[in-house]
Amino acid sequence: MTAQVPIADDLFTWPADRPALVAGRSSDGRLVFPYRTHRIVGGVREALERVELPRRGTLWAFTTQVFRPPAPPYAGEDDASTFEPFAVGYVELPGALRVEARLTEADPAKLRIGQELELRIVPFGHDAEGNQTMTYAFSPVDEQPTEGADRGQQ
Amino acid sequence: MASSDVAIIGVGLHPFGRYPGKSALEMGEDAVYEAMTDAGIEWSQVQALYAGSMEVKNPEAIVGLLGLTGVPGRAVFTGCATGATSLYSAATAVRLGDADIAIAVGLDKHPRGAFSDHPSVSGLPGWYGELGLFLTTHFFGMKIQRYMHDHDISPMTLARVAAKSFRNGAATPYAWRRTPIGEDEVLASPVLNHPLTQYMYCGPNEGAAAAIVCRADLAHRFTDTPVYLRASTLRSRREGAFELLSPSFPLESAPSPTVDASREAFEVAGLGPGDVDVIQLQDTDAGSEIIHMAENGFCADGEQEELLAAGDTEITGRLPINTDGGLIANGEPVGASGLRQVYELVNQLRGRAGDRQIDGARVGYAHLYGAPGTAAITILST
Repeated sequence: MTAQVPIADDLFTWPADRPALVAGRSSDGRLVFPYRTHRIVGGVREALERVELPRRGTLWAFTTQVFRPPAPPYAGEDDASTFEPFAVGYVELPGALRVEARLTEADPAKLRIGQELELRIVPFGHDAEGNQTMTYAFSPVDEQPTEGADRGQQ
Repeated sequence: MASSDVAIIGVGLHPFGRYPGKSALEMGEDAVYEAMTDAGIEWSQVQALYAGSMEVKNPEAIVGLLGLTGVPGRAVFTGCATGATSLYSAATAVRLGDADIAIAVGLDKHPRGAFSDHPSVSGLPGWYGELGLFLTTHFFGMKIQRYMHDHDISPMTLARVAAKSFRNGAATPYAWRRTPIGEDEVLASPVLNHPLTQYMYCGPNEGAAAAIVCRADLAHRFTDTPVYLRASTLRSRREGAFELLSPSFPLESAPSPTVDASREAFEVAGLGPGDVDVIQLQDTDAGSEIIHMAENGFCADGEQEELLAAGDTEITGRLPINTDGGLIANGEPVGASGLRQVYELVNQLRGRAGDRQIDGARVGYAHLYGAPGTAAITILST
């Protein structure tokens, strides 16, 4: 079986029973997503604490992508004829940040502002070594998770 | 910048569109030639050049077509706000005494379709592009989607903005889109980024525009109808603002840079929104025009629904917006777009806007907004 690898390091914890997005936190309490190691706070460069963001949040805004994005940089394994429209939104994670994410529900009629969403780790494409890349997305909480997602297969 | 000591004495435009076989620099040459003819000057009188382009790395190379006079020529670029920055730079050279006459020119020639680049050019990680998130259009879709939810704006109001742009474009001899498209057709066109449809969007294209500025005390040597630069402001985004291409942003919100740049511009000019006779707003899409009406102080959030229904933003209304069809009817050659706004405003303030003329227009206002969260305002008056 093909190995599964995260699409980028330090983006989310995985494999994990309860995967979470990774952010950096500076001494003034500010969160930085995606995580980076350092930030200038009050004129001084400081190392950021690596923290996990809440797994659940509410939909703050959303839109759809109905044509295949220009590639590169887009690396989906579809082409113009097989491309499946997807939705993207900002998910408000309580006490933390609003995070931009792909949504597992592509139909805008099934999405609404304020809807409760949960983080999923889902397959995306393949890297240069042939490994299946995994990425993060948010799903409406009443939706069943994709089989094989979240826990990883090995 | 308080700039009532700087006057615009000539403007020129190479119409925006598609011109196979013609380079961006050649289009810039045509725009500069028209501006010089308008001002009644020749190239050797220009003492400073500021050129803006997204696709041409050295737009100041336009001197090769205009004349190798040794003029100081500098390139400027601030994304969609480039036109305002080139005008600001030319005006600043005049205010500082570096030049009596300076020129701002913008020129571009984009390939068809959505802008595409590696996310690293915007300081973003590779995965952001791989996942298909590195698209400015997502921001426009989401910002208006949230705004419609918060302020009860209907899809019909978005359609009214686009239909007005096409009507105004039809009345503009040099516009790119000159066929009127009605509200129903706008709503029926394919959704590109929910809730925005194809006809609600502007498209990247090709073209050039130029403006010649000079010391205000010399302006009457060149023209009987100088137009004065009353304010030119630019702001970058603040922590908390919801901006283009942001993997995240804080829960505590801050206003858009448009709000900051607009307030400062009105303060510098000593004018208010009620003093403005003709308005140009960045209409990358119909939703942007609606949001920018409020962010620039021309109405309260939510009032757009009534204003559009009543025709208040038409050429004949009390808040004429994008009288030449704006970006939706003209397209957006990024480096030139802001100076196309100035071209229309100067023609309105000089009373030579033809069928689109707003009677007695004395104050014009231009707004630009784009990646990575930069807004610029230009206020002009007779």
